[in-house]
Amino acid sequence: MSIYRLLARIVLAACLALGPMLATAQVQDDTARDLLKQLVEANQAEKLGLLKEISETGDERARGWLEAFRGGKLAVVEDTGNVVIVLNNRGRDWEIADALSGDNLGEMSRRDLETVRVNNAMRAQVDGILSVIDLTVTDPQGRLDAARNLLGDVDATLAEQLEARLAEEENADVRAMLANAIAIHRLEQGDAEAIDVLSGSLNPTARAALNTAANGDDPALAAAASKALASIEQKLKINHAAETLYFGLSLGSVLVLAAIGLAITFGVMGVINMAHGELIMLGAYTTWGMQQMLPGQPGLALVLSIPAGFLVAALAGIAIERSVIQFLKGRPLETLLATFGISLILQQLVRTVISPLNRTVVTPEWMSGSIMINEALSLTLNRLYVIGFALVVFAGLMLIMRRTRLGLEVRAVTQNRAMARSMGIKATRVDILTFGLGSGVAGLAGVALSQITNVGPNLGQNYIIDSFMVVVFGGVGNLWGTLVAGLSLGTINQILEPWAGAVLAKIMVLVLIILFIQKRPKGLFPQKGRAAEN
Amino acid sequence: MTSSNMWLLRPLQERSTQIFLGLLTAAVVVVTILHLATPEGSALHVSAYTVTLLGKYLCYALLAVAVDLVWGYLGILSLGHGAFFALGGYAMGMYLMRQIGDRGVYGDPILPDFMVFLNWQELPWYWHGFDMAWFAFAMVLLVPGALAFVFGFLAFRSRVTGVYLSIITQALTFALMLAFFRNEMGFGGNNGLTDFKDILGFDLRSDGTRLGLFIATGIALAVGYVVCRGIVTSKLGRVSVACRDAEARTRFLGYRVERVQLFVFVVSAMLAGVAGALYVPQVGIINPSEFSPLFSIEIVVWVALGGRATLYGAVIGAVLVNYAKTVFTGVMPDAWLFALGALFVLVTVFLPKGIAGLLQKRRKATDDDGANAQEVAA
Repeated sequence: MSIYRLLARIVLAACLALGPMLATAQVQDDTARDLLKQLVEANQAEKLGLLKEISETGDERARGWLEAFRGGKLAVVEDTGNVVIVLNNRGRDWEIADALSGDNLGEMSRRDLETVRVNNAMRAQVDGILSVIDLTVTDPQGRLDAARNLLGDVDATLAEQLEARLAEEENADVRAMLANAIAIHRLEQGDAEAIDVLSGSLNPTARAALNTAANGDDPALAAAASKALASIEQKLKINHAAETLYFGLSLGSVLVLAAIGLAITFGVMGVINMAHGELIMLGAYTTWGMQQMLPGQPGLALVLSIPAGFLVAALAGIAIERSVIQFLKGRPLETLLATFGISLILQQLVRTVISPLNRTVVTPEWMSGSIMINEALSLTLNRLYVIGFALVVFAGLMLIMRRTRLGLEVRAVTQNRAMARSMGIKATRVDILTFGLGSGVAGLAGVALSQITNVGPNLGQNYIIDSFMVVVFGGVGNLWGTLVAGLSLGTINQILEPWAGAVLAKIMVLVLIILFIQKRPKGLFPQKGRAAEN
Repeated sequence: MTSSNMWLLRPLQERSTQIFLGLLTAAVVVVTILHLATPEGSALHVSAYTVTLLGKYLCYALLAVAVDLVWGYLGILSLGHGAFFALGGYAMGMYLMRQIGDRGVYGDPILPDFMVFLNWQELPWYWHGFDMAWFAFAMVLLVPGALAFVFGFLAFRSRVTGVYLSIITQALTFALMLAFFRNEMGFGGNNGLTDFKDILGFDLRSDGTRLGLFIATGIALAVGYVVCRGIVTSKLGRVSVACRDAEARTRFLGYRVERVQLFVFVVSAMLAGVAGALYVPQVGIINPSEFSPLFSIEIVVWVALGGRATLYGAVIGAVLVNYAKTVFTGVMPDAWLFALGALFVLVTVFLPKGIAGLLQKRRKATDDDGANAQEVAA
């Protein structure tokens, strides 16, 4: 649910509470009760007129009544003649509430109730009436949704009503939507002017109407419709490209997050950590654990798991460095094998201790839903957050490497260990901190990933090859390279996917990287200078 | 014999090769005798199941020898040798599929079952020829060889070595795994190729055929070992060791490093292909999981445990680890990955030269003792 909508609901609730004058409502009660009673008892033909009449009373409760009617839940108590709404119709005794006051009347045997019968044609009629009622709500978003629901379902009488609404409507979006709804109706009637209104619309219903017109009998109308369609196609293409770009950036930012920690441990320190993927997994499981500890507060848990995930992964990373990697200095292939062993152990540990099955991590409300840019393009919020998070993490790392004492020492130790040590830098301490930093960032990646993929023991495995590819593609030892490589690989993948399929796209990207490395073995941004030589 | 055959004969005069071949022959002969001559139920009897299991170990041993050739003697840690193994296996699997003929579930004389199931109308072009044994067996060598040639040509030419090459080989096998998982590829997708009936006219389920395959694997391992030994003791082998230890220096001495690397890499891939081809009829199935990066990296740990750059160490490692795997997965399946993981760590940290290193150390110690004793005596 978008924030606008939530806000609008609160406003609406407030309005309802203050409400129109209670007195008028009281006066209306008797007429309303009569109408409803008639509605339940009337035959099919009469019902339509009664429905209209009810909707025209302008009563705040009309919507509730119509909805109850639509669901067949409107009933009359046979003894008293009271109109009630059935709340729960399971079993022998039904729970009912007074239709007018809304008071819960408890349960009543279903044999004492006369319920209304509704058929599908009637339901469609009610839907139309409901939409028109919705067009008058205070919330512009609600009006917009109502207008959108009407697209393609407008008949001559409704069109007149809509014209009247259009004259009163002030919100530009709602006006455009209403105009579209009317135009679709007019187009169906063969009105060529309606095409001008529709030509800018990205709405699928409008496009369908134009399509019908383009294939219709009237040649002039068909030609105009085809032209309008072409311009819509053009617009759609741009929107589609924007969407692909968005998905690409989102996938890319995930890759950047997964790879950026590796860019530090592998790129800067030269340590191959095949257990990097499992450090990501630990971060994701930390999020899950946090949410287990704070049930009912997924948002708070998620925010807290950012530092927690960092710490857990960083400590695990430091433990790995101290216990294994430090003994394998200068033997990269052995380091690769040993850390691979660690990754197997960590995976199996999670399988045995927690579960081999995927765990669900809840997405907090403020991260779910999407922002709608226009009819054809909407951006999912969780991915937007991940893109933002990736950029923040990247900026943070950049700052640490460039502007802090630690960053300076790390670069010094990487470029010339012996020289750095003779200048008084404690190389071992720098090793620990750097590895901890890279591992911690992997944990952060895990926290982010928990929001968009399944959290399971294989989570890390799925990202390790991709992450290495990103680092190699971007140029080892270069954080900018990792950013550019990650984002571009993600985008390329998304561009290839529609016409090659997900698996083939992935294969093509891998082959592409293999070929790329032929041309530039040191990646996009190779390190320059004497430090680069081995 | 002409000198061109010399490199193959030379290893036969080596003591270590003689010992290895002797032990291998003895093992195969003993198993054969125990299987044929002892009655079923006797304590000494080796069941057909065990024969096949041993045959599987020997396939892995050949694969490990192939990996040791590139890792031990060329310094290239291939994390994608499972791909060559699986390709050889698929070539054999395709032959076996075609041998099924109309005995499949759907009874189609030409199309394998899974193609009928997918509603394919005719055989894809790359399946033609696999009904002929000689063609299929040639493909067992040629397909992995060709892939290794193209991949190696591109990689070595641009001097991609070390960790980079490892990661790229891993990506290669990963990409192939994804590809073979696709049904559209025409290799049976997820399920792979299975339900084989016979090979060269022999029923695959009969004990005789199983024993025959086991012996054939033993011979293949012996030949593969001798070929590798021949290569590493030849001049080319010495250059390859030089590449491993100081690539730049070898290049500056005027050797075409990339050609040496390419040759050894292709030979190794072909050996892996043969191992895969012998593996498939014995286990009765080939599916894309053989391409998984985990399998490829497991091979490396066999070699690491046995001791790299010894060849016989690779054989010891492959048999030991796989025996342990059989035992573990039977007794406590959950513990196997812990054990394997621990093996990776312990071997690399505490046993960098593997079991072979231990053996050599011991022999050296006894030699030294002997020398000292002689000195004292003199």
